[in-house]
Amino acid sequence: MRRIVSLVAVLALVIPACGGDGEATSGGPLQEIGDSEDKVVIVAWAGYIERGETDSAFDWVTQFEEDTGCAVEVKTAGTSDEMVALMTGSDEFDLVTASGDASLRLIAGGTVQEVNTDLIPSWDTVDERLQNAPWHTVDGKHFGAPYQWGANVLAYNTEVFGGSAPTSWSVIFEPTDLPDGEANAGRVQAYDGPIYVADAALYLKHTRPDLGIDDPYQLNEEQYAAALDVLRTQRSLVGRYWHDAFIQIDDFTNEGVAASASWPFQVNILQAGGEPIASTIPVEGATGWADTTMMHVNAPHPNCAYKWLDWSLNPKVQGDLAAWFGSVPSVPAACDGNDLLGPDGCTVNGFDSFERISFWKTPTDDCNGTSTAGACVPYYRWVTDYLAVIGGR
Amino acid sequence: MSSSPTWHRIASALYRRPRLRLALLLGVPLLWMVGVYGGSIVALLVQSFFRLDSFAGTIDRSPTLDTWRDLFTDANMSVAGRTIGMAAAVTLASIMIALPLAYYIARHASRRTKAILIMAVLIPLWSSYLVRVYSWKLILAADGIINWFFERLGIGGLLDAILRTPGIGGPSLSVSYIGQFLVFVYIWLPYMVLPVQAALERVPRSFVEASADLGAHPPTTFRKVVWPLAIPGVAAGSIFTFSLTLGDYIIPTVIGDSSPFIGLAIYSYQGVAGNLPLAAAFAFVPIAVMGLYLFGAKRLGAFEAL
Repeated sequence: MRRIVSLVAVLALVIPACGGDGEATSGGPLQEIGDSEDKVVIVAWAGYIERGETDSAFDWVTQFEEDTGCAVEVKTAGTSDEMVALMTGSDEFDLVTASGDASLRLIAGGTVQEVNTDLIPSWDTVDERLQNAPWHTVDGKHFGAPYQWGANVLAYNTEVFGGSAPTSWSVIFEPTDLPDGEANAGRVQAYDGPIYVADAALYLKHTRPDLGIDDPYQLNEEQYAAALDVLRTQRSLVGRYWHDAFIQIDDFTNEGVAASASWPFQVNILQAGGEPIASTIPVEGATGWADTTMMHVNAPHPNCAYKWLDWSLNPKVQGDLAAWFGSVPSVPAACDGNDLLGPDGCTVNGFDSFERISFWKTPTDDCNGTSTAGACVPYYRWVTDYLAVIGGR
Repeated sequence: MSSSPTWHRIASALYRRPRLRLALLLGVPLLWMVGVYGGSIVALLVQSFFRLDSFAGTIDRSPTLDTWRDLFTDANMSVAGRTIGMAAAVTLASIMIALPLAYYIARHASRRTKAILIMAVLIPLWSSYLVRVYSWKLILAADGIINWFFERLGIGGLLDAILRTPGIGGPSLSVSYIGQFLVFVYIWLPYMVLPVQAALERVPRSFVEASADLGAHPPTTFRKVVWPLAIPGVAAGSIFTFSLTLGDYIIPTVIGDSSPFIGLAIYSYQGVAGNLPLAAAFAFVPIAVMGLYLFGAKRLGAFEAL
């Protein structure tokens, strides 16, 4: 009996270790689109793919499902890291709306496949600034279709700030009194994703030029240490770090949060709910995200995936989404003639501030290929250190 | 009970081979425990002896102790300390609340009251865990009902004083350890009440009467007769509350000031950084803590009733 148990135990130890990595299929991108499969599964940010469930005016899924016969399933994720983990850990997802700090990791890890732009008729309508952007184009190969872009804005309570927008990120980085006379301690929030270290670096680029920070994602040890110090000071001011957009909306409503780094998405929903919240991009500029819809290398429904890629570039879809999320469409034609977005919608959302935004990208130890290995602090250290900062160390 | 020859032969064969009987009985559960459950845990823990390589996030599979060195940093140990402290506090508070309630249910409530009270304790478990946690977030909010209640009674200053306690206070109950502690106790209380109530139910009434006959006052009877017999139930309940708090990663993200707990740290290292070796090394911490806890509980005689 004991021998049987030992045998089973040994087998149990050996068998899992034998499992090899999944083989990625090579052979290049699809050359023509076939018949629709039954569905397409997309990993997306909350609010990116709406079928009218939150507000019936915002629905760009039902039409697609009727036209192509592909049912759309969405899996929402809170951070780029979650998206990378979901895509690398499973073969069940077809597409992902990856920001720049996830896209290069996915390409390097062989998790996403090159897309054949000939199969996407709307490709030429994409904003020229985005068509060959470095976060989705590697060696001339395109790894996805640009979806939306936007900034991580400073959301603030207009009643606390007396109607005038704060001009600097210092309201959430330094202990100070806000215009309503009370301290900002306990009334501000920050993003809990480790990429937020770049926001501290961006702030230092403006306030401490002696550090010589140019790209907030490429930090040497000295600049990195200074950014962590800024974040440690911020920890004493932050009540809660936000991870989930809807929890932050609740905090603005019920916890008296006065200011926070946030997305236009939360600001829009709060304003629609009658809350006195507005957003601004302070003088230091802002970090931002430019999302690309990328296709998994082993996508189970490639035909539906290509059809969605083309649909995602439809001007009406782009305009509706920009109005809903507060982002900027990647197809400039979407800015005109969209009722939900309005004639000034694109400008209000930041169409002209492309140059002021430092888009998310993954920090690598060779400064994204511009320097020697070890010159910059790589992302996995950002994760460990930011977790420690949030824990009070 | 057919007496067909085939069944007869199988029955006789099994009768004559006790070891085969045992193997058939235990085979499948054992395969599950050792193979699926034990095997997958070992497969995870083995990862802690590997190391993470820089950019592409690949795992370097040559055995090394580097990851263990990364584990014993001040930041990570503070995460463990914070979680253990919260688990201990929640367990003690649950015992203090559950004991009187269970005592009443087991020994004094009429049959109908007993049924109603047990149902009342269990009803929260019928609703979703997330619904309860989010509801508590609203209740504890700065604009929530507890704050409103204190203001109406004119003792808003008391709540502010409580929230100003260094270390465990915060800008509002929902953003403080106090609020987190309250939610943990609420969520795990049914798991403490039921085992304690079951243990107290088994204390024979004659023991208590005999103790009174021998001249013991009720507090002495409780201390010397009832409590020692209730310890197994308390130990069982405390194992629930301690281990569930130790592993929980949902409540600290919704309530509290975002300080990482063990579950959140492991999730961050694996899901966020792809640092599976460090996550695996971290997973040893709750296993070790629970091992010590169970060892201590056994030494105190908690499992003797079994």
